[in-house]
Parts: sequence; structure tokens; C-alpha cells
Amino acid sequence: MMSDQPLIGQPISRLEGHLKVTGTAKYAGEYNVPGLLYGYVINSTITKGKISSINTKIAKALPGVIEVFTHENRPSLAWFDMQYSDMDAPPGSPFRPLHTADIKYNGQPIALVVAETFELARYAASCVEIKYTEEPFSTDLKENIDKARAPQPGLATFLKPLPPKPKGDFEKAYNDSFAKASGEFYHGTEHHNPLELFSTTTIYEGQGKLTIYDKTQGTINSQLYVGNIFGLHFKDVRVIAPYVGGGFGSGLRPQYQLFLSVMAALELKRPVRVTLERNQMYTFGHRPPTIQNTRFGADANGKITALNHSAIAETSQFEDYTEVVVNWSNMLYPAENTLMEYKLVPLDVYSPLDMRAPGGSTGSHAIESTMDELAYKLNIDPIELRLINYAETDTSVGRPYSSKELRQCFIQGAEKFGWSNRNPEPRSMRRGNKLVGYGMATGIWESMQLPARAEAILTKEGKLLVSSAVTDIGTGTLTVMTQIAADELGLPLADVTFSYGDSKMPFAPIQGGSFTVSTVGSAIKAAGKALRKKLFKKAKDIKNSPLKGTDLEDVVFKNGDIISKNNPALRVSFQDILALNKGAIKTTNTSLPKAFKLKKYSRAAHSAAFVEVEVDEQLGVVTVTRSLTAVAAGNIINPKTARSQILGGMVWGISKALREETITDYKLGKYMNQNLAEYHIPVHADLHDMDVIFVEEKDEIINELGSKGVGEIGIVGMPPAIANAIFHATGKRINQFPIHFDSLL
Amino acid sequence: MSSKKPCTPPDSDGVPNKTRRDFLKKSSFLTAAAFVPVTVVNAAVNQWDEKLASVFEKTSLHLEVNGVPLNLSVEPRTTLLDLLREQLNLTGTKKGCDRGQCGACTVHADGLRINSCLSLAVTNEGKKITTIEGLSKGQELHPMQEAFIKHDGFQCGYCTPGQIMSAVALIKEGHAGSEMEIREFMSGNICRCGAYPNIVNAIQEVKKGGLS
Repeated sequence: MMSDQPLIGQPISRLEGHLKVTGTAKYAGEYNVPGLLYGYVINSTITKGKISSINTKIAKALPGVIEVFTHENRPSLAWFDMQYSDMDAPPGSPFRPLHTADIKYNGQPIALVVAETFELARYAASCVEIKYTEEPFSTDLKENIDKARAPQPGLATFLKPLPPKPKGDFEKAYNDSFAKASGEFYHGTEHHNPLELFSTTTIYEGQGKLTIYDKTQGTINSQLYVGNIFGLHFKDVRVIAPYVGGGFGSGLRPQYQLFLSVMAALELKRPVRVTLERNQMYTFGHRPPTIQNTRFGADANGKITALNHSAIAETSQFEDYTEVVVNWSNMLYPAENTLMEYKLVPLDVYSPLDMRAPGGSTGSHAIESTMDELAYKLNIDPIELRLINYAETDTSVGRPYSSKELRQCFIQGAEKFGWSNRNPEPRSMRRGNKLVGYGMATGIWESMQLPARAEAILTKEGKLLVSSAVTDIGTGTLTVMTQIAADELGLPLADVTFSYGDSKMPFAPIQGGSFTVSTVGSAIKAAGKALRKKLFKKAKDIKNSPLKGTDLEDVVFKNGDIISKNNPALRVSFQDILALNKGAIKTTNTSLPKAFKLKKYSRAAHSAAFVEVEVDEQLGVVTVTRSLTAVAAGNIINPKTARSQILGGMVWGISKALREETITDYKLGKYMNQNLAEYHIPVHADLHDMDVIFVEEKDEIINELGSKGVGEIGIVGMPPAIANAIFHATGKRINQFPIHFDSLL
Repeated sequence: MSSKKPCTPPDSDGVPNKTRRDFLKKSSFLTAAAFVPVTVVNAAVNQWDEKLASVFEKTSLHLEVNGVPLNLSVEPRTTLLDLLREQLNLTGTKKGCDRGQCGACTVHADGLRINSCLSLAVTNEGKKITTIEGLSKGQELHPMQEAFIKHDGFQCGYCTPGQIMSAVALIKEGHAGSEMEIREFMSGNICRCGAYPNIVNAIQEVKKGGLS
């Protein structure tokens, strides 16, 4: 403990709050520089084929239009697939904007109009005449199940392991089981739809140097991508993204507006901004539609003996995007006989892309709904069934958990929610003309850690500066990292500044997968620790130092002093050290996950979601009247921002179960609801009583902070809990998301 | 992406917007006085008429933005949102959809909340516009801004200016009487991060504090 009251664990308000509530926080498309040009993207209106002609003459003739870039006049660029790859690229051949006349999917960017004003660029885009030669295509997953095949392995498999090998004899065990539950589950395409439109402002600095304001979840990811494709030195490409208007995975890969903005700025040697329109936000990654089948068998005591979970998901024709969908059930429930299968169907769409709890929220839908069904077959309470099958160790890979307080999530969650008031009989609970249902489900999300670097500097004024290239997509990264750094040096929050969102700062990987706290937080802790060591050494080097003969373990750092624990009168202040040290004191450190130690454990955050729904018996309208999620995610660095993360995840869960879906017209191969009026996400009026519990969970293995990250776990359990509550209320088990009123009439 | 093509089909010489050129030929004093047919052709080639059009087609506009009177010259096709963001550099007002579907662009026009993306700038002649930048008094935050920070009423912050502008107007409208009423009358402002419960808490606190 660095001071009397550590900042870690305190509900500190977001440090960038003032900037966000006054509108002064600047996002990628808001850097207005003199001479700024506006790029407007033209997208393909066909799904597959070739551009046979593209006439830009009229558009170019308009005064104020600077250039129209197409595949015909784009500059010569990098040749190899690898150069178009990025930190989140699946195995395959990444999409290259304006590469050839080939059209691979509907909405593919095919031209960029660059003009003096936004209005003119938009108008000029309508003057570009494009003729196509169309070819047959397939975009319907259900119609193409016969094309399902195993995914090709690649680098991405490291973070997204393929299904484990079968264990025992599933078919026999299932046939012999006392109780059986099974189901087919489906959800359609979903788009991330962060509220900020994707945008990049590229400032041409001359001599091959660029400053890029990009909407991204990884400044260094964008920097490497641009450097590789355009043949620029990485140090000449600076990508800045401190404020990111939502990510949810959409910014994990560099999107095409980055490519187009950079290309135009380099060619025209002028600043260029490319901002997508809302409908264009549906022309890159998405959560893939997925069909799942489950068969769970249990003995008379409720012990699960057989688990089968198979999934068939969509991918593009050029990349094998995969998710971990089917690995979770055996992590949660020990069974001797398992059969897990995962296959892909390549279709004429853009590659899917990680979207909040990718795979996890998909898999939990099937697993936890099947568990609910099994509970009914066995006439056992759903929580009781989960306790009977509680995995003390992860039997899917035969490893213990680094920590797991899921049991406490059930106990504390059920207590606060009032689960005991539930009459298990479907259609048994009513409120006026509404059927009332209670449902619950378990959530799980793997806790990962990646390597990262951080820098810590004690300025000559005695202030602490820490930095990392990481972004803050709204998760609270700035605040949390500042808390970690402050505690490490025993300084008050006001004396610590965390700089971030800039590729020239020390390396951080993309911000996603709930691994930012464990990854960047660990790097900051390591840099802070190294700085402590350095300061302590310098303190002892002072002539007649009062700390001579003491060890680092024997002192505390507090409010700018290094103080002996045994005799608090013995102390050296940072000021004393700085006075002797000419200038600031600096350390840069890399933190690497302790791979050998971590490999011996399964590491995951857990949750239990509880939901009350009201279903209008006549109209079928579903309202989530109450919801509560109890979370075990290790040490919570900031309960305020972490709670908001979980609440946000729960809203996403309600959205997934009841609202959002991108509808495809398979005859056109085109998404039909590419706007926020027809792509339904919850609004204020859709939300009611919501609550979050963090149960205490100590984890000394996972990382030095003992923290697991909470970005995804809030969504995972909610959708099946809602489906289960709807079953309880109505007696109807609807396995297709989103659940609409018509399926309940 | 739009299937509707505003670009007028080109005439025989491949230059679009015949109607606008015709209009200019007929109405522009300069065109009528100076251009014989040959020079009109030259003008078309050199795109002089388009240059003239860009001057002629700008309209004068008088606005008061955050208490500052402005005399502007804007194109009729420019929305109030784009005027604020691109020409007045008031980027606190956000563009999330440009179709009136998300509320991120909410500003006050003569005290009423509007979606600035659905309002052409020139239709606001003489109006008093307040944006998020005009809500605080110097360094002193508006109580709604304070409450949003305290209750963590945002995550990424992109919908936040719109939520706050809407929330301030909501109380003035008398639509913050109950939690349900707040939720109903704030439903034009989408938050993808899902900060809704915290936003409602913030509004309720300000309402109780007697914000007028």
C-alpha cells in the first residue's frame, strides 16, 4: 500500500469529464485546419462483379472539386497481403480499398471525391457515373449451410483458440442420459454503430510525414498499417486518438476511411478529412450471423454427463474471421463426454469483426438457454442446476481457475434480486394484464493480457507523468491508469498526468477484449515500480542519506516523500532527490504476461445476470422491468467507471435479445436498415430498474493488479437471462434473436 | 451510398446543372451584360459560371450563437450542424447520423431544443442559437454538466453534448416530472455506450436542485 488511502478501488469521476461535458474534447473528425479538404466516399451499389466503367469527368469539372480517386488513378501501393494486415486481422487476404475493378461486397468503397467543402464533395459524388458487370453472389447463411467448413488457422488462433477435441463418447452418453435438452439458436448480423461516425483527418506535414487523427481502438495499429501500405517510415506516421466516440470492436481494425484519407493527403499534399455517413457505417465489420445447435444430457441428480455445442458462422470470401463460440460450456460445466464443433460459411460480405464479447455473447445465448431448458426437464431450480454442475476447475483444458467467485455472484445476486419470490411454473406470475417472468444466466469472459510498454517520468517540479499509446474508448482508461500510477508512487491524483492516445508514446496493443487494464495497467505499474526503485537508489545516494542501510521493502512512498517504515522521522523527499538530479527522472518499462505461470491456469471473469420481464399477454410486447448483474472480475480499480461498463454491457444485452439486427435483402445482397431509425437500439424509454454488484474476488495470479477487466462481461449473461425470463413469463422458448412481439402472440 | 442522384444529368457538352446555368444566364446582370454566346461557351469551359454561382448562391444569414452576433454568408444546402462544426469551429455539437435519428446534434434555437442536422442554416435567420460551448459561464459549469460528471452520465462522450442540451431543455419544458417522463422525453437522444440510467439520475438531481 503506497499511501494511507490507495486510489485503486475508489469511485473517482472521469478525469476527462470536464472536457466531455463542455464539448471541448476533440474527436477524429473535429480537427479543423486551414486548407482542409473533404473526402466523400462512393460505395458499390452491387454485391459482386466488376466496375466496367467509372466516369469522373463531370464531378472533376465542378469548381472546388480537387480530385476523384478510383482504382484507375490511385497511386501504386504495397503488393503483399501482409502489408495490409493489422493486429486484429484474421487469416486470409485483407481487403484493399480501390485495389482493382472487382466488387467483393455491397457497399464496398470504390471512389473518393475530394473537394473544398463537405457539401460540394457530397454533391460531386452524385455526379460520378459508375457502370457494373454483375455476377451471382450468396449472402444468406441459412441457405448455404452445406458450404460450412473448418476455419483456417492463423495468428488470430492464439487469442481465439479453436474448439477443444471431443472427450469420451458424446452420442452414447447423450442417449443414455436421464434428462435431455437441446435447441437450435440463431442471431442475425449486428453492427457496432458507435455514435461517432468513422473519420480520419490526415495532416500532410511535408517530406513524407503525416499527423493523423483517426477513429481507432489502436493508435499503433493504425500507424503500422499506414506505414506498411504507403511505404512510410513508422516514425514519420503519427496517429492521435485520445477521444474515441465509442468502439465496441469497430475500431480494432483500421477502416477504409483511414486508407482513403491518407492516400488523398499524400497525393494532394494537403490536409484531408474523410468522414463516413451513418449508412456507410454498415460497410465494414459486423457481428456475424451464427446458427448454433446444442444437446445437453444430465443424470437424475442433475449432473451433466454430455455436452454438444456446434456453431456455423458467416465469414467473408477473403478472410476467415473466427470467434470462440463453443468452447465456453465445458469451461462452465464439467462433463465427461463433449463434442464441440465450429465451422464457417464464406459469403459475399465484408469480413465480420469483433463486436462486444465476440463469440462469448453468441455462445452464452445457446448454452444458458439450454441450461434453463434442462432445469425445467429436471425440475430443478436454474441456480441449483448451475451449482450442481459448478466447475471448480476448468475441465475443458484440465486447469484450475486463477480465481472464481461465480458462486458468490449467484448467492448475492439472487438475494438482492429476490429470486426466491419466483414461482418456477411458467405463466404463473402476473401483474395486471402483464405476464411476469424471472430469468437468470451465467456469463463468462476470458481474461487476457498482452505485452505493453509505459513510460514514467518524475518532472523537476515533482509531478508524475506517465504515458502509453493506448486509447480511451469511453471505458475510463485515463482515470484508471492515473489511479494505478498515483498509487505506485504514493502521490495524490492531482500530481499525476496520464498521456495517451498517441502512437509516438510507448507501445500498447489495440484496446479490446477487456484486456486493457491488465495489459496497459500492468505496464504502468511496472514503469512506476521501476521509477520507485530509481528514486530510492538516488535517495540513498544522497550524502548522509537518512535512508542509508534501508531496503526498498522497508520504505513507503507518500505524498512526495520516501519514508522509513520503522522510523518515520527518516525520510527523503522527491524534491531532495530532484535537487541533486539535474532534470527529470525517467523510466520506460515493458510488461510481459508471465506466460509460464499463467499457462497453468484458466483465467476468466464471471457473472450472473438476473432479469424480470413483463410481457403484455395481448400484444406480446416485452419490457425488461428489472435487471441485475453480479460480477466477479477480480480487483475493481474504479467502481464508478466499472459499474458504468457493466450497465452499458447490460443495455447491449437487452439490445441483442430484443432490439438490434441488421436485415439483409438476400436478393440484392444488401443491408436494408442502414440507419439508426431502422436499426433498433434501446433508447431511454426502454430501460428501467438496473443494478450491478461486484463480488469480492482476490486473484494473485492473473496480474499484479489482480484485475480482470469488465468491458465484455456485462453483456454476456443478459441475452439468455432475458430469453429465459420470457419463457418463464409465457411458456414460449424463443431461440431466435432479437425476440419480437410477433413470436409471442 | 445514396440511390437518389442529386446530380443533374449532363447536357451535350458534358457539363451538369443546365438549369442553374440557364438561370444564371437569364438573371445574372454580369452574364446578361457581358457574355455573347461565344463567351458563354468559354465561360462554361473555364467554369466561370460555376464560380459566379458559388458567390450568387450564398445567402446572408444573421445569427446569434452563444451570445455572439454573427453576420454570415452560407450556402442554402448547409445545415445548421455543419455550419457550427465546419465553419464556426464549434465541434461540441456532434454529428452521429445527419438524419435526425440520434440527437447528438441537439442545440437550442430561441430556447427550444432542435436537431441541428435537420435544420438548414438559412432557416434560422435572426435566431439565438445555444450550443454546448455556450452552456457554461466561463469556467463555471452548468449544474447539468456537473451532474453528468458526478453521476457518470457518459462513457465515450460523443452523445453527451446532445444529451445535456436536451436535458436542460427538458426541465424547462416541464417534462422532468417523473423518472418515466424523463425517459420518455429523452428518448430522442441515443447513447450507444448505454449510460442511460446514469443520465436519468443526473437529470433527476438537477431537477430536485430546482434548476429553472
